[in-house]
Amino acid sequence: MNIVNILEEIEKVDGEIYERLNPRRAAMKSFFNMGKKISLAAMPLALGSMFQKAYGQTTLPTAVVDVLNFALSLEYLEYHFYNHALLGTDVTFTYPTAAAKTAITTIRDHEKAHVDLLIGALGSSARAPIAYADTDFRAGGTFSAVYSDYGTFLAVAQGFEDTGVRAYKGQAGNLLGSPVLQTALQIHSVEARHASHIRQMRTAASNGTAVYKPWVSLGASGQANDSGVAAVDAVYAGEDLTVQANANIVGIGGNAGITKAAAVESFDEPLDKASVVTIANLFLRDGKKL
Amino acid sequence: MTMKNNELETKSELREASLFDKTVGRRSFLQYAGAGAAGIALVAAGCKKDRGYENPTMNGGATLDFKDDVGVLNYAYALEQLEAAFYIQVANSNTQFTGANAAAKKAYFQDIQFHEIAHREFFKAALSTNAIGSLEVDFSSIDFTSEASVLGAAMAFEDLGVAAYNGAGPRIKTGAYLLLAGKIVSVEARHAAYVRDMISNGSFADLNSLAPLGANNAGGLDGALTPDKVLAIAGKYVKTKINVINL
Repeated sequence: MNIVNILEEIEKVDGEIYERLNPRRAAMKSFFNMGKKISLAAMPLALGSMFQKAYGQTTLPTAVVDVLNFALSLEYLEYHFYNHALLGTDVTFTYPTAAAKTAITTIRDHEKAHVDLLIGALGSSARAPIAYADTDFRAGGTFSAVYSDYGTFLAVAQGFEDTGVRAYKGQAGNLLGSPVLQTALQIHSVEARHASHIRQMRTAASNGTAVYKPWVSLGASGQANDSGVAAVDAVYAGEDLTVQANANIVGIGGNAGITKAAAVESFDEPLDKASVVTIANLFLRDGKKL
Repeated sequence: MTMKNNELETKSELREASLFDKTVGRRSFLQYAGAGAAGIALVAAGCKKDRGYENPTMNGGATLDFKDDVGVLNYAYALEQLEAAFYIQVANSNTQFTGANAAAKKAYFQDIQFHEIAHREFFKAALSTNAIGSLEVDFSSIDFTSEASVLGAAMAFEDLGVAAYNGAGPRIKTGAYLLLAGKIVSVEARHAAYVRDMISNGSFADLNSLAPLGANNAGGLDGALTPDKVLAIAGKYVKTKINVINL
């Protein structure tokens, strides 16, 4: 008998067979390696159904629930931040171009998709929803012009996106071996694409007075925060790392072109949960903080 | 390409093992020559080549053995070699960028070049004696005198790189390596978004257009592809034969 044929036969009556054969269960690994080759095209799965298949929703590991709810909180914040910038009646800045508004709409839609995806995945374990009324994007006055000055709005947006990238990266290790890791990584890189574009929008909005690279570089005085906004120093703390896994990236391999700035740009750094919570709480009202 | 001894040893071990365990031979040998390689064909091909197959690495080639993290890191090393070589050739070709952003494009392509070299050299250092050799690239399909051709190729490389890291992440068994991959993939995503915006402003995260790479717009999810699919796409730019085993 051929194991591939067996799996194919099983698949006809049980479409979940490959999910049941979790590759991380050592005993099933070799079988899975065989079966996988015929299921390559059949693997894209909605996160929600993936959970049900892998575990059954009621038995989600606590550590995974915590990570996903943490991510959900951040996605709620990002969604409301952009959604209000598009729909809020107290928003007094105008978008300089139709393309700018379209870009913010695109990003808002992605954040909404992430919220919905995470809610679906968590099911009854999902945290209580965060409403716009629970937020304070003026951060108690630190960013009082966030909805009246386009530049301030973009500066805060950059902070959110760069924080989001760092937050997902910081949680990846907690998802090692989990079927949700793949999805978390796919959200993570979308946030990085957002950050890249917001940085370009900031450069454009400065009318030639400032340049914000699409990647996180060194600040003008060599500091970790390259955003030009000291109030978001916490977002960039530790982003100026130049040693990766004991390898000094500056000048690595005899490449003089890899300066300290290039070394910093080449690797984005994670941010631990406590630091991210501190940042997120700046934008949540008392009683609603994480 | 010069082969490292350890690769040859790995291959020898595999051949020895296959004498005792036929399934090793059956499930291995996904060989990528150029752009074609479909999952279904691989199993069948593996069956025909039990035991007595000729070891392709002996004729020059690189083997990516996905049985452990070394294989995944070498896979990343291979992709970073490809990307670095591309941007180095852009610089050497003095590709003329045009438009209002011409100077910025030239500067940022140089930035990206150094990022990719840093990634390449990082993996080389991290893998040490386990590193595969240097790949021979084939960029004959790219017109380096054409800005449009260069931007298009850069977009293809960056989007593919993002999908490759995203798809490889779940294979990584060590938390520290997963984090390192995460540190790099978001930089690749920043590159991808930038290059896309230079081609068409606002396309930085056009997930519908990335669907062939595994993106899902409804879920707000970026691309993710398994190594076999990534290598099938990248194969067009690589002369060196890349063999994949234990995927």
